Amino acid sequence: MTVAPASFRSVLEVRGLTVRLPERADRRFAIEDVSFEVAAGEIVCVVGESGSGKSVTAYTVMGLLPRGLVPVAGEVLLEGANLLARPAAELRRLRGRRMAMIFQEPMTALNPVLTVGAQIEEVLEIHTTLNAAERRARVIAAMREVALPEPEQLYHAYPHQLSGGQRQRVMIAMALILEPALLVADEPTTALDVTTQAQILALIRDLQRRHGTAVLFITHDFGVVAEIADRVVVMQHGRVVEQGPVREILFRPRHPYTRMLIAAVPGLTPPERPPVSKPPALVVRGLSKVFEERGWFGIRRRVEALRSASFAVRHGETVGVVGESGSGKSTLARCIVRLLEPTSGEVEVAGHRFGAGTRRIDRRLRRDVQIVFQDPYRSLNPRRTVGQSIIEGPMNFGVPKAEALARARSLLRIVRMDPDCLDRYPHQFSGGQRQRLCIARALALEPKVLIADEAVSALDVSVQAQVLELLDEVKRRFDLALLFITHDLRVAATICDRILVMRQGEVVEEGPTREVFATPRHPYTRALLDAAPGKGVIFGAASSACG
Amino acid sequence: MSAPILPVEERPRTAIEPALASLVLSHPSVLLGGSLLLAMVVAAVLGPTFVPDPFAITPTARLRPPDASFWFGTDYLGRDLFARVVWGARVSLAVGLAVAVLAVAIGLLIGLVAGYLRALDQPVMRAMDGLMAIPGILLAIALVSVSGASLVTVVVAIVVPEVPRVVRLVRSVVLSVREEPYVEAAIAVGTPLPLVLFRHILPNTVPPLLVQATYICGSAMLTEAILGFLGAGIPPEIPSWGNIMSEGRTYFQLTPWIIFFPGTCLALTVLAVNTVGDGLRDTLDPRIARQMR
Repeated sequence: MTVAPASFRSVLEVRGLTVRLPERADRRFAIEDVSFEVAAGEIVCVVGESGSGKSVTAYTVMGLLPRGLVPVAGEVLLEGANLLARPAAELRRLRGRRMAMIFQEPMTALNPVLTVGAQIEEVLEIHTTLNAAERRARVIAAMREVALPEPEQLYHAYPHQLSGGQRQRVMIAMALILEPALLVADEPTTALDVTTQAQILALIRDLQRRHGTAVLFITHDFGVVAEIADRVVVMQHGRVVEQGPVREILFRPRHPYTRMLIAAVPGLTPPERPPVSKPPALVVRGLSKVFEERGWFGIRRRVEALRSASFAVRHGETVGVVGESGSGKSTLARCIVRLLEPTSGEVEVAGHRFGAGTRRIDRRLRRDVQIVFQDPYRSLNPRRTVGQSIIEGPMNFGVPKAEALARARSLLRIVRMDPDCLDRYPHQFSGGQRQRLCIARALALEPKVLIADEAVSALDVSVQAQVLELLDEVKRRFDLALLFITHDLRVAATICDRILVMRQGEVVEEGPTREVFATPRHPYTRALLDAAPGKGVIFGAASSACG
Repeated sequence: MSAPILPVEERPRTAIEPALASLVLSHPSVLLGGSLLLAMVVAAVLGPTFVPDPFAITPTARLRPPDASFWFGTDYLGRDLFARVVWGARVSLAVGLAVAVLAVAIGLLIGLVAGYLRALDQPVMRAMDGLMAIPGILLAIALVSVSGASLVTVVVAIVVPEVPRVVRLVRSVVLSVREEPYVEAAIAVGTPLPLVLFRHILPNTVPPLLVQATYICGSAMLTEAILGFLGAGIPPEIPSWGNIMSEGRTYFQLTPWIIFFPGTCLALTVLAVNTVGDGLRDTLDPRIARQMR
């Protein structure tokens, strides 16, 4: 463990902290013998994959552990006082005044029926004796400090009227208004778009410097770590495996797990890829989708989710679609798979156009385009066995059950799962395994085009790298056209031959991945690339292997 | 393929099997209600073969109070009240069960279609709103008086006002489930619409429907008794609890037991059904169950 310089006073000190899990859990302790400290004016990132115990650590510090989780050993010292030994009433007083927390999802952390101003003011009402006018002035000042535009007006706004980034700014204003010594941030930028994320990270860094706040920052993203951390604590399975200054951890990781994690982060420099010259499998011409909300008296709201998208994907080619939320990339995927009926435009698969022939031909075409969704926990029917899910497609098209099952077994081998999984239910598998099963289900129909809609976004980095490798492999093996939709530029750089950049329903830039990353033409592409966290650090020692 | 096959990690199954055991253990009232209901069912099924003839008129033994030979006393024609109440259990439970099954079956079908097919949603739901706007009892009385009194018309008359409630419940479940990625995945692999509905969407409606069915069953038994009491129900010669109470109404001050026994049976049965329904809800609805723990 590194010792903080003498000029720093240790605000938070966690010593040998162990938290017990309820009896029937898959392990005995959520975290075990965790020790680290956070000095004033320092940002310490706790980084780890899901199940590493990083969030439990944060919640223990705040005294907000859910029932059933009990700290059984160790101490949490906030400015020298052990929080675990304090009565609940005193903890409540300390929360807000000496320590504060911001959460991942600002929409659910704010009360939807109160104005944001009132919610920030509530902190002052509870913890101070200021009168109404003084409180209001301080709320406005705090809102100005987190760079919310026109704080006097925004004071009266409700959470749903703000953007995600603005909501997170409100949360930060609320957390910092009493100048706490410690700020605990639990994945505060994970739910935000990359450009917004960059702004929020800059804001936290800036405020923390000005006020000398100690920050405990929980994240799974090494890009964010590179961007913001002074020191890093790496956790795995509830234990601290390594900690040290950020440069040490990023450039000279000692523990094999840290090394593996950093190697699994995809790099931002796309490898050289020869252009694919095979015939196109998917051609999209002028595809548009307009959502209309109809009232009793005509159209009430009109959203152009997709505006005249045109592109082609060749056999054996991976084309990435990148963009932030609301850019229309998922609408594009749904229109191609015909989960949504496009308003206008054409989709052509292997030379056959949707809607050109009879409904039976359309149904056959549908078989040629398959999709893998983002959320592996919701994309398999929990009531049906894996086998039933995989053979459903082929049986819809008249393949006999025995034949479909035999094919399912061979597909499971291709996605590196035990063929005996067929009789099991989805809940028996981890997220990464489920995503493999979803890929097997999509492949069962022998499609020509595979669409991956944020298919690796919900996975931990190490699992993400494996699933990316698998996608690349099945693409080669079956000569698929792969349309890869993602918000993550690093992932796009790893796997895509060409890239489409989408913004507000429009394709604003298109080109070979290397070219787009090296010389972006559209200002929005440039903004996206600039906002990518940790762009100064070269990650991706492992991922270039699968390129 | 040289790469190793990933091992499957063994996870504890969150299965339905222990649910029944935990239901009984965590809710002692369910055990009580369940046994009461079971006793009623046994009495209704087997009872009539053991009790005396409920239609036998004994003019010499009219309006007798309960004693050793007539356990519940006799009515104004000297018929054995105990035998009639046991027969009445049969009518009540049959009506409750029939109404619950029919209302759920019809409501499920309409709800699935209304929830899934956007174009049908508005017309179907407005029709259901219209049905709900008419008081159930009034509608039942109207239906019975139009088509004549019989067990079938009474069941139909009670089913009709219950259907909209089921439709709304099913529709709301369908609306939330139809956006689930696994439903979209099924559509993407070319599953025809009826299969999507029955294979992927319908199973999600079962837990709330099971709970709703018990409430429908309870309220149907009540409605049947009310209709009988008002003289708009099952033909008066059939000994249903409502009919017995209706006939006992005029003698209430002289012989209160004629109303007391069928009334108590009705109250206990409805209570038992509702208790079982509450227990089912707590077990099947994970949100409520988690709060209770």
